[in-house]
Amino acid sequence: MKEPESIEGSFHLTGGDFNNAGAASSELKTILTKRGISPDLVRRAAIVTFEAEMNVIIHAVAGVIHYSIAPETIRIAINDMGPGIPDIELAMQEGYSTAPDWVREMGWGAGMGLPNMKKLSDEFRIETVVNEGTTVEMLIYLRKDSHEGT
Amino acid sequence: MKVHEIIDRLSLEVKTVQGDIDRAVTGCYIGDLLSDVMANAKEGEIWITHQTHPNIVAVAVLKNLSGIILANRRKPEEGTLKKAEEERMMVASAPLSAFQAGGMLYQMLRC
Repeated sequence: MKEPESIEGSFHLTGGDFNNAGAASSELKTILTKRGISPDLVRRAAIVTFEAEMNVIIHAVAGVIHYSIAPETIRIAINDMGPGIPDIELAMQEGYSTAPDWVREMGWGAGMGLPNMKKLSDEFRIETVVNEGTTVEMLIYLRKDSHEGT
Repeated sequence: MKVHEIIDRLSLEVKTVQGDIDRAVTGCYIGDLLSDVMANAKEGEIWITHQTHPNIVAVAVLKNLSGIILANRRKPEEGTLKKAEEERMMVASAPLSAFQAGGMLYQMLRC
């Protein structure tokens, strides 16, 4: 049987644009569902994308989410023009957040975003340069055998 | 149990016109931390919260929740309602605290 082709695309995000929060994850969810990907994997991809959107909207000036869907994996990469993260280990701790109070009052900024993204992805990489920006790359395996041997 | 039955039993004031009230409700989740709701609420659950801004609709749609109940007679922001109508997500205001509404739903939905 012929493997389906890979598809890719990107979403542009603007810092502070809370009104459009969730738009990218919602669109990606639709694309993945149309491709017949199982609901559990779609759910994981949508959640990590939503969390990524919030990080850009809360902390950065702008950012791009790039996705590619191959037969074996979903890859979601976020590249932002933001403040960068001085201490990644601290940022990865559940409950640690640098979000301002007004964002916390909205129920965001609870320090769960990055930990959730790591938990729900099969591979998680983060690179950051203070005062330049942060790149997060996540892979979600589409095949069970992709997990094995790792 | 359907959303409209919960509206009746809890005397909810429905704020949306287009919200789907015929959906089945499988359970309830209570929370104001959106990342927590995103991580832990399950499809079909009805969500009780104190948050009223438009992002709650995005979270509810993403998780395919069956509706949003605002505790303590809270009112949704205008942008919240607009988004909810577009997404056909039921948003209602409850004359009850989250504890009271959650307690009633627990009695109604546990099997």
